[in-house]
Amino acid sequence: MTKFSLLDHELVPKHEIMSEGELKSVLSKYFIDKEQLPKIKVQDPVIKEIGATIGDVVKITRMSHTAGEADYYRLVIE
Amino acid sequence: MSISETTIESMTKDLSLPSNIMKTLREETLNAGVSKKEMEEIIEQVMEEYKESCIEPCDAAGVIAAQSIGEPGTQMTMRTFHYAGVAEINVTLGLPRLIEIVDARKIPSTPMMTIALSKENQEDYAYNREKTRALAWEIEATRIDHIADVTTDLSQMKLIIDLHEKAMNGRNISIEQVKEKLNEEMNVLVNISPDIDNQIVITPSEPSYRELLQLAKSIHTITLKGIEGIKRVVVRKEGEEYTLYTEGSALRDVLQFEGVDRTRTSTNNINEIYEVLGIEAARNSIIKEATDTLREQGLTVDIRHIMLVSDLMTCDGEVKQIGRHGISGEKASVFARAAFEVTVSHLLDAGMRGDVDELKGVTENIIVGQPIRMGTGDVHLVSKRREEDIEVKDECGI
Repeated sequence: MTKFSLLDHELVPKHEIMSEGELKSVLSKYFIDKEQLPKIKVQDPVIKEIGATIGDVVKITRMSHTAGEADYYRLVIE
Repeated sequence: MSISETTIESMTKDLSLPSNIMKTLREETLNAGVSKKEMEEIIEQVMEEYKESCIEPCDAAGVIAAQSIGEPGTQMTMRTFHYAGVAEINVTLGLPRLIEIVDARKIPSTPMMTIALSKENQEDYAYNREKTRALAWEIEATRIDHIADVTTDLSQMKLIIDLHEKAMNGRNISIEQVKEKLNEEMNVLVNISPDIDNQIVITPSEPSYRELLQLAKSIHTITLKGIEGIKRVVVRKEGEEYTLYTEGSALRDVLQFEGVDRTRTSTNNINEIYEVLGIEAARNSIIKEATDTLREQGLTVDIRHIMLVSDLMTCDGEVKQIGRHGISGEKASVFARAAFEVTVSHLLDAGMRGDVDELKGVTENIIVGQPIRMGTGDVHLVSKRREEDIEVKDECGI
C-alpha cells in the first residue's frame, strides 16, 4: 500500500514552512509578534508530514469561498 | 484603442484586492477591450466599491456573526431526523446537528462517512458494481448474528454455532476464517464440527454455567470481518460513479483500503478529521457541515459568519467548543465569565484567589458602566509632543 500525502486531500489546504525573511515582512505588515499568530500543534498530522518544528511558522494557502485564495499563518506549538 | 494584457496586469498588480476579484477584473477588462483612461476609471470605481464593502475598523464582527447564525437557528426544526438522499442512512440534521458542531462533540450522534472510490481507469472501483459491492462487504462489520444462529447447549456445556452458507458467501467469509477469528478473540476451545456441515462448537475453558452464559453473551460483540463500528454500508450511484455511504465512522481505517479514493473520502465527525487530517481540514469541515446543515433547512447564512466561528474554534491548534469548556470559559476577565454561566462560583473563585479584572473586554465594561471598546468607543486620542519640546526638556533634565 503506497503512502498517500495528506496534502492531497481535498479538505487540506497547502501548508509550507516560512523562511525568516518572509516571516519578518508578514509580522511587520500586521504590527504583531510571532506569538500573536494563530497556533498549530506539533502533533498535527500535516505538521508531521511537512516536518516543521516548534517555533516555526507555517503559511497556509486556503481556498476561500469569498476571496478565492487567502493566506493564513500558524505558529507551531507544543 | 484597447490596451494589452500586460498593461492591464501591470496596472492592477499593486492593488490590494482579493485574488478572485482581481481575476474577474483582469478577465472582464481584457474581454471588453478598454482604453487606458477607461481602465483607470474602472480601477478607481472597483477600489471604491471594495472599500465600501469591507468591514469597518472596530466593528463588532463577532456579535453580528452570532446574531446572523442565531436568528435563522430559531426557525430551525427542533428535532429532525432525515435520510440522506436515497441512501437509507439516518443522520441528525437541523438544530441538534448545529449544536453538535459548535459544541465540538467528540462523537456525533449519527456518525457517517462518504467514501469516494478511485477512478483511474475504466475498470476501476468507481465504475464497477461488483468491485464496489465486494469492497462494501470488506468494510461493513460482520458479526456472528449476520451469518449464523447461536444456540446454547446446557446439557453438554457447549455453544453451537450454525453458519448459513448463503450469508457467508455473500459476505465472502469462510468457516476457517470464523473459527480463527473466534479463537483469536476468546480464550476458549473452538472446533469445527466433524459430522455436521457449517457448524462450529465452542467449549468454555472450565465447565461452569456462568462461564457458558458469559461466553454466549460476549460472542455477539465480536467483529468477525470488516471495520468495527461500521454498522452498515450503502452503495449509491451518482452520475457515472459509485459511492459508498456508511453508518458509523472510521476514517483512518477506511483510508487503508485499496480502491478508496483517499483525497475525497470524508466523514461528518469533525474530531476524527482533526485527528487524521489536521486542524485546517477540521476548520474546512466545520464550515462545510454548518453550511450544509443550514442549507438543508432552507436557510441562507453568509459564509463569512460561519468562517469566523470556525476560525475561532480552531485558532489554538485544536477544535474548541463555543461554550463553558471552550471559548467562553477561557476568557481572561472574571466578569465576562461570570456573565456567561455559573455566576456565583466564578465570582467566589476569583475572590478567593484575589483575581484582578483589567476591564479590557466588552462584557465587563458594560457591567461596570463604561464605554465599551468597540466602534467609536475604541478610538483614542494620543497627543504627540513636538520633537523640539522633547529635546528642550531633555536638556533640562526633566
